[in-house]
Amino acid sequence: MADPATPRHTAVVRITHWITTLSFFALLVSGIEIVISHPRFYWGEAGNIYTPALFQLPIPASRASVQTGYGYVLPDQNGWSRYLHFQAAWIAVLTGLLYVVWGSFTRHFGKNLLPGRADLSWRALSTRIAAHLRFKRPDAAEAWSYNALQRLTYLFVIFVLFPLVIWTGLAMSPAIASAFPAAVSVLGGQQSARTIHFFVSVVLLLFLVIHIAMIFLAGFKNRMRAMITGRAGKHMEHA
Amino acid sequence: MSNLSRRKLITTGLAATAGASGLAVAASLARRYGLIPPDHGGIYGAGETLTYGAQRLLTRHSLAREFSPSQISARPVANGKPPEDEAFKRFQAGGFTDWRLSVDGMVAHPASFSLAELKSYPSRSQITHLACEEGWSFIAEWTGVPLSHVLTVAGISPHARYVVYSSMQRGWWDSIDMADALHPQTLVTYGMNGGELPVGHGGPLRLRVPRQLGYKNVKYINRLTVTDSLKGFGKGLGSASPEYGYAWYAGI
Repeated sequence: MADPATPRHTAVVRITHWITTLSFFALLVSGIEIVISHPRFYWGEAGNIYTPALFQLPIPASRASVQTGYGYVLPDQNGWSRYLHFQAAWIAVLTGLLYVVWGSFTRHFGKNLLPGRADLSWRALSTRIAAHLRFKRPDAAEAWSYNALQRLTYLFVIFVLFPLVIWTGLAMSPAIASAFPAAVSVLGGQQSARTIHFFVSVVLLLFLVIHIAMIFLAGFKNRMRAMITGRAGKHMEHA
Repeated sequence: MSNLSRRKLITTGLAATAGASGLAVAASLARRYGLIPPDHGGIYGAGETLTYGAQRLLTRHSLAREFSPSQISARPVANGKPPEDEAFKRFQAGGFTDWRLSVDGMVAHPASFSLAELKSYPSRSQITHLACEEGWSFIAEWTGVPLSHVLTVAGISPHARYVVYSSMQRGWWDSIDMADALHPQTLVTYGMNGGELPVGHGGPLRLRVPRQLGYKNVKYINRLTVTDSLKGFGKGLGSASPEYGYAWYAGI
């Protein structure tokens, strides 16, 4: 059992977590607003209403140029949405940089996020997955440490999904594309970048939904207190 | 007061002073090197300034990607409608032979160019991507005279910082900084895909700024004003776009 005086989450983790949460919601809302101005997706460099779509979201659009099958056009919200999207992206990226630099210096990733070798066996992982699928509540030790599935998920979000969503976002910028053309061409083109950006955002949203569901399952009050104040609580829930 | 808390107070004070003066130095350097956009005020000003400043540092001289003829979009999208007033229709009926592009402001020789004059200057053709902020895009070949050539002919002042361009389309005017104005790919465009620039795409004249999104590529341009300050234009935000809630800089 860890010493109750040591915080479950350090101040840096707690502060960067909540700044990222706020920026993520700003990015999500503004991203949805931007996407409804043209809910069609393409592959390659160029794509528009005269080229075949990879797919089209079955939602109304905020521009009359897109055929949606709905008899109305939503109001245009792209101006503030774009301003907010990029401002929130800057906050998220700078916060993420601070977190990664701090985490590397303090060995946060090695200590708290890299799973132990024993936990990475197929047997251990499948037991863990089976427990999750049965909605088994976590045991006491998990109030103090992440389990292997959690660790792998967080590492995937931090080091795969976030970098990918930043990269594909930047690849849509005509100025960035002029300075770093290879960053666009390896993705297959600017429309491909937009399509990948959309899918990564969907996966991130899925992560958020599961993340919140797991917090409720594990004990909302204790998990929230741990991430806000740092204290994990004296008595472990459901111990 | 104990020594410890006094030391803490002094350290905090020094750190705060260093931080504040660091910010002040950064702001004055940013102003000096033109890294602050005209729409830097308001709640989104910080993000907009970071985007513009960072992209100016990274992309001042970068060239927009050019594509092969096989990548030209079969059917380019002409977004919006041409001006509907009588004056424009008269120009159109006359094949735009009377259309003129005037250049004024901080130039040695304010001038007005006919289409024929513009076409007599060295031309450049380039196959570039035009992306709308909505998300769609097309690739076309654009032909025109580099804006830098027109500005050189007019004798641009070394103190110039922006070029304001206005359109015959009511309500449309915009501006770019000198990094884009003097950029070799910024074209006063009169041709598209081997022919005349169609009216739907901005004919007779459209400013093509291929490192920025579609809405900076204003159609039906008839006036250029060279200036060192955007304060006197509209609400002073650099273009009509921020007055409608859209960013002045559209490199992203």
